Amino acid sequence: MADPLIEVRGLGRRFDVSKPWLNRVLEREERQYLTATADVNFSIARGETFALVGESGSGKSTIAKMIVGLLPPSEGQILFDGQDMGKVGTSELRALRRRFQMIFQDPFASLNPRWRVGDIVSEPLRTFGLAKGAEVTREMERLLDTVGLSARDAEKFPHEFSGGQRQRIAIARALSAKPEFIVCDEPTSALDVSVQAQILNLMRDLQDEMGLTYLFISHDLSVVRHMATRTGVLYLGRLVEVSEGKSLFRDPQHPYTKMLLDAVPDLALSGRRRTPVTGEIPNPINPPSGCPFHPRCPVAIDKCKTDVPPSFQTPNGSAACHLLG
Amino acid sequence: MTEPLLSVRDLVIEFPTRRGVLRAIDGVSFDIAPGEVLGMVGESGAGKSLTGAAIIGLLEPPGRIVSGEIKLKGERIDHLSPAAMRKIRGRRIGMVFQDPLTSLNPLYTVAKQLIETIRTHMNVSDAEARKRAVALLDRVGIPAADRRIDDYPHQFSGGMRQRVVIALALCAEPELVIADEPTTALDVSVQSQIIDLLKEICAEKGASVMLITHDMGVIAETADRVAVLYSGRIAEVGPVASVISEAEHPYTRGLMGSIPTLTHDSDRLVQIPGSMPRLNAIPPGCAFNPRCTQAFDRCRVERPFPIDRPGDRRVACWLYDEQEATHG
Repeated sequence: MADPLIEVRGLGRRFDVSKPWLNRVLEREERQYLTATADVNFSIARGETFALVGESGSGKSTIAKMIVGLLPPSEGQILFDGQDMGKVGTSELRALRRRFQMIFQDPFASLNPRWRVGDIVSEPLRTFGLAKGAEVTREMERLLDTVGLSARDAEKFPHEFSGGQRQRIAIARALSAKPEFIVCDEPTSALDVSVQAQILNLMRDLQDEMGLTYLFISHDLSVVRHMATRTGVLYLGRLVEVSEGKSLFRDPQHPYTKMLLDAVPDLALSGRRRTPVTGEIPNPINPPSGCPFHPRCPVAIDKCKTDVPPSFQTPNGSAACHLLG
Repeated sequence: MTEPLLSVRDLVIEFPTRRGVLRAIDGVSFDIAPGEVLGMVGESGAGKSLTGAAIIGLLEPPGRIVSGEIKLKGERIDHLSPAAMRKIRGRRIGMVFQDPLTSLNPLYTVAKQLIETIRTHMNVSDAEARKRAVALLDRVGIPAADRRIDDYPHQFSGGMRQRVVIALALCAEPELVIADEPTTALDVSVQSQIIDLLKEICAEKGASVMLITHDMGVIAETADRVAVLYSGRIAEVGPVASVISEAEHPYTRGLMGSIPTLTHDSDRLVQIPGSMPRLNAIPPGCAFNPRCTQAFDRCRVERPFPIDRPGDRRVACWLYDEQEATHG
């Protein structure tokens, strides 16, 4: 990729889910680990929207948290604008932090209920020293206006707003640090469709105006299709397919992607016959050997049970499936 | 149309509060024919679940039915005593709720819960009830049902638990199943399995379904007819194909346009300005008028009644009133 803003190499994260020491000794159990993500590689170019899609437990949010530094990775590197985030010093990290922000799923939990909206939005301005004195208020009001709220709303508390308006406040807060990169973790999952449309449109407008780069995380394939310039599909913590633009939806390569697309309820009433979906995501504490998808895969071969498939080139990206090699 | 299985007429549900009475459901009328799947769609707070709760007599106080009637096979069920309602609930009307974990008792095995329900409503022996329960679990797709039946709910995964709940709802062979967001808590790949199952098994047993959901896609795949709810009122009712492909009410049209799809390309989604009014601030006239792009004076003062439209549809919108057509 020409000019990646974010580059993720071999990113993995394990969580220790062992029982307490005494139980382990008495019950003669080993330590147990949950592998939330393993060997994830992707890069995001400036100005693009890279979407990660997957079912619950696929590791979407874990990746988001590692990228913004809320969780340290167990292995692998995250490069932001060429700098390895695991190696930079505290003060440099602080400077980097300003350049990326996050929007969370639940706007009811991500805003401090005791703070006025004005304070919430202007806090990053003060923390990063981006404005002083009266400038802070002016900038805060401008931000509220940008996201479709009014300057009067600055005096109110979060509970006085609806879900959609709260998500606008969260967006204003993210924008106040003048970031280049925003991680959006299921930003519209808690919202009704008509409000979701308002927020998605707003996010696209902001991207056009400010040249923002998004990592957009969602379980909703139609939303991802609407927003993404490139899409990665996660299954049990592994990236199974990455594809350009809408080609993922037109011409899916990995059997899991095909299954996922088949499962989406069809609003177009085309009456298409779909392959019935089977099984559920296995427990990540004891993931299947080889390709994690093989127990549910309709076209699995013997090799799938033993070897983890490497990533192969596809016409529009890459996919990790033995059958494509 | 043959005699409807369920008929709801002018249902009004109110919540008395310290700051006055809130009207959550305001004059809702609809029918469900035997064997039909009626989708009930709307955004949060539109009153979908409340309507379902009122039908099975599980309205939480202080909420109460103020007027209107609910008839099951011509017999009124909206003012029955709790004891009489209990005989209907589970026996004649089954329920599937959104969260399978809260609709199953975590302290009892699945077997105990199923057998208890079967024996409460049907005159069968313990052994016979267990046999039925196993057969039903097998039917809803639980592998090794004769073994898994003795497991506790927490030993099942989310999708499997919802299958158990469906088995529980169907075990007394009800005539109507009310499914309140049955797939909202599930992943897409599991969602499609559950929808297919619910549809198949209800068709097999001849049960009607009232499917409450906010997901138009689920409705499109499952329902025969759909009722669109807005602010406790029905905006539009009709066969699912025609409502989705050519919505008549401006709200339905906006709603359909705001859903991103997997087939249609658009740079921007249709956007309905604002959000649904709170119950204490429903505007006079049509509840949708402040957000409607086609509203005119009459919409702001007079509430539209449901207007019959060709193709077995009804729309509560003044745009379709003949009086308006001749005048304007």
